Amino acid sequence: MPARILKPEEYYIKTEPYYQAIGDEIAVFESAYRKKLPVLLKGPTGCGKTRFMEHMAWRLGKPLITVSCHDDLTASDLVGRFLINGGETVWVDGPLARAVRAGGICYLDEIVEARKDTMVVIHPLADDRRVLPMEKVGELLQAPDDFCLTISYNPGYQSVLKDLKQSTRQRFVALEFDYPAEDVETDIIVKETGISHELAAKLIKFAHMTRNLKGNGLEEGASTRLLVHAAKLISDDVTPITACHSAIAQALTDDAEMLAAIDELSSSLF
Amino acid sequence: MQTTPVKKTPLSAAQIRQLLDDCLEVEFSFLRTDTAVTILAGLERAEQDYILTWVQRVASTNIQLAYQFITRAVNALDNMDRRMIESWALYAMDTYDQAGLHKALAIIRNLDDFVRLYHQKTAGAVYEENASVLLHFARGLSGRRLQLQESSLTYTDSETIYLPAVVSLLDTPQENFLVYKAMVAYHWAQARFGTFHLQLGSILDEQPEAENFLSLFHALDTVRLDAILQRELPGLARHMRRIKQQLQQTPSASFLQLANELVRPRSTVDDVLRLTRRYLHKLDPPSPCFYQGVLQPQEVEECRQQRLQKEKRQFRSVLRKLVEELKGLDIDEQKHHRFETRPKHRHYEMPDELELTLDGQAVPLPDNVKGLITSIVQDLGEIPAEYLQPAGAGEYQPDIFGEKNPDPDDVWKGTYHEKGAFLYKEWDFRRQHYRKNWCAVREKEIQPVYDTFIGKTLNKYQGLIKHLRKTFEAMRDEDRMLKRQVQGDDVDIDALVEALADAHDGREMSDRLFTRMHRSERNIAVIFMVDMSGSTKGWINEAERESLLLLAEALETLGDRYAIYGFSGMARKRCEIYRIKEFAQAYNEEVKARINGITPQDYTRMGFAIRHLCHILNQVDARTRILITLSDGKPDDYDNYRGEYGIEDTRRALIEARRDGIHPYCITIDKEAREYLPHMYGAAAYTVIDDVRQLPLKVADIYRRLTT
Ligand SMILES: Nc1ncnc2c1ncn2[C@@H]1O[C@H](COP(=O)(O)OP(=O)(O)O)[C@@H](O)[C@H]1O
Ligand SMILES: [Mg+2]
Repeated sequence: MPARILKPEEYYIKTEPYYQAIGDEIAVFESAYRKKLPVLLKGPTGCGKTRFMEHMAWRLGKPLITVSCHDDLTASDLVGRFLINGGETVWVDGPLARAVRAGGICYLDEIVEARKDTMVVIHPLADDRRVLPMEKVGELLQAPDDFCLTISYNPGYQSVLKDLKQSTRQRFVALEFDYPAEDVETDIIVKETGISHELAAKLIKFAHMTRNLKGNGLEEGASTRLLVHAAKLISDDVTPITACHSAIAQALTDDAEMLAAIDELSSSLF
Repeated sequence: MQTTPVKKTPLSAAQIRQLLDDCLEVEFSFLRTDTAVTILAGLERAEQDYILTWVQRVASTNIQLAYQFITRAVNALDNMDRRMIESWALYAMDTYDQAGLHKALAIIRNLDDFVRLYHQKTAGAVYEENASVLLHFARGLSGRRLQLQESSLTYTDSETIYLPAVVSLLDTPQENFLVYKAMVAYHWAQARFGTFHLQLGSILDEQPEAENFLSLFHALDTVRLDAILQRELPGLARHMRRIKQQLQQTPSASFLQLANELVRPRSTVDDVLRLTRRYLHKLDPPSPCFYQGVLQPQEVEECRQQRLQKEKRQFRSVLRKLVEELKGLDIDEQKHHRFETRPKHRHYEMPDELELTLDGQAVPLPDNVKGLITSIVQDLGEIPAEYLQPAGAGEYQPDIFGEKNPDPDDVWKGTYHEKGAFLYKEWDFRRQHYRKNWCAVREKEIQPVYDTFIGKTLNKYQGLIKHLRKTFEAMRDEDRMLKRQVQGDDVDIDALVEALADAHDGREMSDRLFTRMHRSERNIAVIFMVDMSGSTKGWINEAERESLLLLAEALETLGDRYAIYGFSGMARKRCEIYRIKEFAQAYNEEVKARINGITPQDYTRMGFAIRHLCHILNQVDARTRILITLSDGKPDDYDNYRGEYGIEDTRRALIEARRDGIHPYCITIDKEAREYLPHMYGAAAYTVIDDVRQLPLKVADIYRRLTT
């Protein structure tokens, strides 16, 4: 497939993204959307938050604008900035402003990573004012009813610096995500990668072993995403033990003894 | 000119005798070295030097031991290579450290035993080397968090799996590691899949032939557990079967036939018991297989009883805390609320995974509480109704999971033991090797002292504090505006005007037209390690307290994460670290009062303090980690830490620290420090302050220079 160029606010999702609901998150999200409430997705990395957003955007028929936040992301990166064109300064909207104008769904992934000044622009959007302050052009952008702000946050990082402030979190309807139950997660792996049910079940078992090690030498256990990666390698004829090593163990740790132990666990299973 | 390597001439018998006499102190010990001298004299120089060096190293530990070593070594030279001699000597010295001269001499005398052990170790797998991989492996398996420990018997008490020091059953280290792995998995399965649901102890009491009964039970239960392992860990089970065949330990077909029902997924330990009763006297159990170890029903029972009590108490305390947190209720009102459990996931062979509900709503649980539930359910199959009553006021334990560490002071009032201590190695420069688990380190509290000192100090240095605050403020994480950037948040008007002018004149326009905020992040964590030895009494102590107060005041404006610990010691078994301010703790009146409470204690053993504080620093997530020592002199302690030994150990500890990416720095007021500090800290990593009274003024300044 050749690469296509799309403007973010024209990114409509046409075919249903596969999303396996875990609880009533779809209904709650729809309801929050109708009531124009912002949503906070809580949960560890790789447990389906992004996929859920794609699914909801499809369901609601709105464009999805995703911003992955990083520690250099400033308010200007979200709202917009002046550029220079032929000696003239021109204002260019940032993704958040575009999403507001287009009445789309804006998903700010891993919001705590961003710089603190981003909160200043998010807060007025996240309460009942629903406005985006565009300080540099001296305007307030009022969000249309279709617009929806969603942010995600991983409470697993125990650092005080990376904690979401009460003043922020209390503005959002929170949906909690976690790794799905064994049988559900097995289904997800099978559907996403086409490997056999039996192999998928073993992978899930392996994932649980690594999750048991969380706090016992690992910061995090294997996420659904890593399982999907491993399963894709397996479906391409990589042996399960190698797939677990390359796609999962190496992604979880650099510690030699821990790597050896994780390899021992996978070789016990397969 | 051509050079050939000069072969050194061998030492003469007289020279050798002189060397041995010196290092064995023959003048006083009257040890006879004739044979050794004769044999050594016949060797090449390199060989002589090698042996003599090791005699010296052993002699630094104990002269008798060295004497026995040289006497045996000279006779065994033909059969031993260098690596073997080395590990023999080291093993004897370690044994001396841990178990005394008698045991160490036995190692030297029973050279044959050692040679056998050595071969075992080189082809075998050694517990110590594999322990951490095995432990991670065990913890990855589901269920209760297990411990591992070395022991002469292989078994589990349901919390700890005991494993042999060496396994040399098979030909290669890899294969022998598999034996360990099989042992761990099998004993995990015992604890996880219900072997201990029976009160085996009391069942045995009723048996006239308890021993036969137990071995038949054990063999039958192994059939059941093998089948479970086949289902749970098929990859490992394959190896276990293969090795069993190789060692001819596969049970007879007739035995397996009779035990066949235990292979079914739903069979339980009760079935094992039933079959044991049925076939007792009628069926000979196969001899035990390589991983099954022994059953220790008494130990299991004791361990289980203690655990049941402890976990019930913990669980009910957790519930009480939950009620308070979730409902924000007063203590009496909690009666109206109902805790229940319901299965979250179903399992065939293991107890179902449970979820806790309060008034029908699932309660989110922290990981340690999940672990607690897993452990209780593993014992009882459920959370019994009486567990679901929150603890009453009198039963409540605020510090639920804090394993009650014995008060260090109490520990030392009784006879010596090492419970509740961190054990650290120490470098013995004469031996050119570490002494294992040599220092017993405890963390202690400092009693806060509330008096006028703090107020006075803050007053006295008012001006300086103001100055420091200002300087430190300027060092803070600040967003700096970078000009003339290719990309940025704002247009750089100056640059734009210039560029437009350029364009106007027909010159090329620069594309550096923006300003960008750049954040320089400090991300520093620092520990101050404060000498609390007896020699700091008086002026120095006061200067230390003043310096720390000033520093803390300044650091508060800077925002670097910092902790303060004191250290002192009295011989290796009594190494003490005093908590003054931990990283997570805010700087408040109590911390000030603890700084004020710093009082001179005993000696200056430094290695352990560096090792322990580095251990703490390593757990902090920071880009730059610094360990700053405030001291008044060289390392020194009551046992032989004085002089070169202490300096060399401290130097080693600092090398270890740097290897971990920590930057050590030393501020001292010892005027002679220039003689030893460069050797320990390196030329650039210390400051000597000539006048104690300068210390408070200097410390903050040094910190500033160090971190900008
Ligand atoms: N509930 C789910 N339904 C379908 N796929 C899922 C689900 N949860 C996780 N996945 C799979 O895991 C991958 C990673 O999930 P993602 O949404 O990127 O995680 P997150 O955004 O939480 O970090 C997805 O690409 C998808 O393959
Ligand atoms: Mg994501």
